Amino acid sequence: MTEALLEVKDLKTYFHTENGVVPSVDGVSFSIKKGETIAVVGESGSGKSVTSLSIMGLVGSPGKVVGGEILFEGKDLTTISNRDMRKLRGNEIAMIFQEPLTSLNPLFTVGNQISESIKLHQKASKEEAKIKSIEMLRKVGIPRPEKVYSSYPHMLSGGMRQRVMIAMALSCNPKLLIADEPTTALDVTIQAQILQLMRNLIHENDTSIMLITHDLGVVAEMVDTVIVMYAGQVVEYTDVYTIFKAPKHPYTKGLLDSTPKIHELKDELQSIEGTVPAPGTITKGCRFQTRCPLATSKCFNEEPELKEIRPNHQVRCWLHEEGEVTI
Amino acid sequence: MGKYLIRRLLQVIPVLFIISFVVFCLVFVAGDPVALMLPEDASQEDIEQLRESLGLNEPFHIQYFTYMVGLVQLDFGDSFRYNQSALPIVLERLPATLELAAAAMIIAIIIAIPFGIWSATKKNSPVDFLATGGSVLWKAMPNFWLGIMLILLFSVTLGWFPVSGRGTLSHLVLPAITLGTGIAAEMTRLIRSSMLEILNQDYIRTAKSKGIRNFFVVNKHAFRNALIPVVTITALQTSTLVGGTLVTETVFSWPGLGQLLIQAVNTRDMAIVQASVFVIAFIVILMNLLADILYKILDPRIKY
Repeated sequence: MTEALLEVKDLKTYFHTENGVVPSVDGVSFSIKKGETIAVVGESGSGKSVTSLSIMGLVGSPGKVVGGEILFEGKDLTTISNRDMRKLRGNEIAMIFQEPLTSLNPLFTVGNQISESIKLHQKASKEEAKIKSIEMLRKVGIPRPEKVYSSYPHMLSGGMRQRVMIAMALSCNPKLLIADEPTTALDVTIQAQILQLMRNLIHENDTSIMLITHDLGVVAEMVDTVIVMYAGQVVEYTDVYTIFKAPKHPYTKGLLDSTPKIHELKDELQSIEGTVPAPGTITKGCRFQTRCPLATSKCFNEEPELKEIRPNHQVRCWLHEEGEVTI
Repeated sequence: MGKYLIRRLLQVIPVLFIISFVVFCLVFVAGDPVALMLPEDASQEDIEQLRESLGLNEPFHIQYFTYMVGLVQLDFGDSFRYNQSALPIVLERLPATLELAAAAMIIAIIIAIPFGIWSATKKNSPVDFLATGGSVLWKAMPNFWLGIMLILLFSVTLGWFPVSGRGTLSHLVLPAITLGTGIAAEMTRLIRSSMLEILNQDYIRTAKSKGIRNFFVVNKHAFRNALIPVVTITALQTSTLVGGTLVTETVFSWPGLGQLLIQAVNTRDMAIVQASVFVIAFIVILMNLLADILYKILDPRIKY
């Protein structure tokens, strides 16, 4: 087994608001190996994005990482200086955001924005940075990259802008790429292109990816390992085959069941009743208790631990307390 | 862009006509200047004679026609007080006002940009409270009061600056501070709120995720975006600035357009009033045009 590139241990990111402390990420642990692609899935409000922002050190006020460790190549990112963190950001750890339409600065040219990080991290001259930027634009499949280099973001389509974001994120050959729902805002056809593009580029450079998504189709296509998050916690953590074939957490099962399948013609799509509880509102028992079809009285009183039910398969559920159960 | 400029400049003409009509009406209803021009014991005959020689006994439309004929030749008639053509007198006073306005604007920018940015990046910190509280306090102080207080402290008590007049740089200091700090107060708040909005944008997060130093994230990526509404609103407030110069010039006996206008209003010197208001309106229109051009330079998304 190769060494872990990123190891997150018991990460806790809380938001200190006027209405009290909101535990957005509450004791999350996982690791990413070199060249591995993992997906973090879950509904809105499950803490996926806050987890990724915590790794980038970009959780804005009033949020704060209050506990745990984020080890990147052995260095704890929660304790290193701002200066050292800036050296990693955009260089060794890069991020692609959900909204390509608003994630580029409207007042600067595409070229200016890509070459900015190349100049910063690789100490490249203006000309070198320009050559490298155009090369990156070509690599992400942008036609006429020289022209796009001097275009402003508003002149490009959403798919093009996301390609620019990818070019920007990959311009310094990061070891870890965090992609926060990179295809959510795009057309389905463009989605496939962008995913294919990410896959190719990653294989070329042996980059690890942390893909945040709620699209299980993307998960099946792209990733090696899946982390399912619910209400700020990891509820299931295993390889992608097991997740699809034999999910062990009722929430994972619910997510899978609510994905439409082409060979099963049904009039109504199944869904998980209710919504993710606001962080901190469930203080006793399992956090999924209110929506779980299999909840027992134990689930309302005692909080389950994330337990390894077999090698490389962790589940946070009382069902499997005395051995694996098929659900 | 060239076509746009020509179109905009052509639009200035009807606007100026409307303004001149409004000014004419205001002066017409404001009353008869003859009473102020002659001694109190003047006979009814003298009054009538003067009225006739000035064309004031003509009906409204004839007076307006005479006025417009002059206007298209940029002739506003002769000043009753100076006995010479009004426009040259007004234009002669213009540099003093422009000097004061420019100095005030520079002071405002020097104060407002750092404080606006600073209070936005350190929201709810002591600096922020100082900047927002200070700007409310400053905005609440009328220009004339602030001017008099500055004169009392720095001219009368400390003797650092002259009480009034124009000439050296030290004459400029107090009136420019009086006028400039008032604008700075408003501008600080404007920059603060604009920056607060921009700092929450997705592209600021992107810039941070690239590992750019916070200083550059704020001053390069955020500030240029925040500047767009600030420039627009500031240019639209040129008229407020003109209002400010009227008061400030009077307090400091600054020999500018404002002082001239106030005196002309008091003596019902119609020609001067009309010429001054016309020139001021022209400047305001020009500033708005300048704002639109700046807007285009600052924001590549704007197409004309």
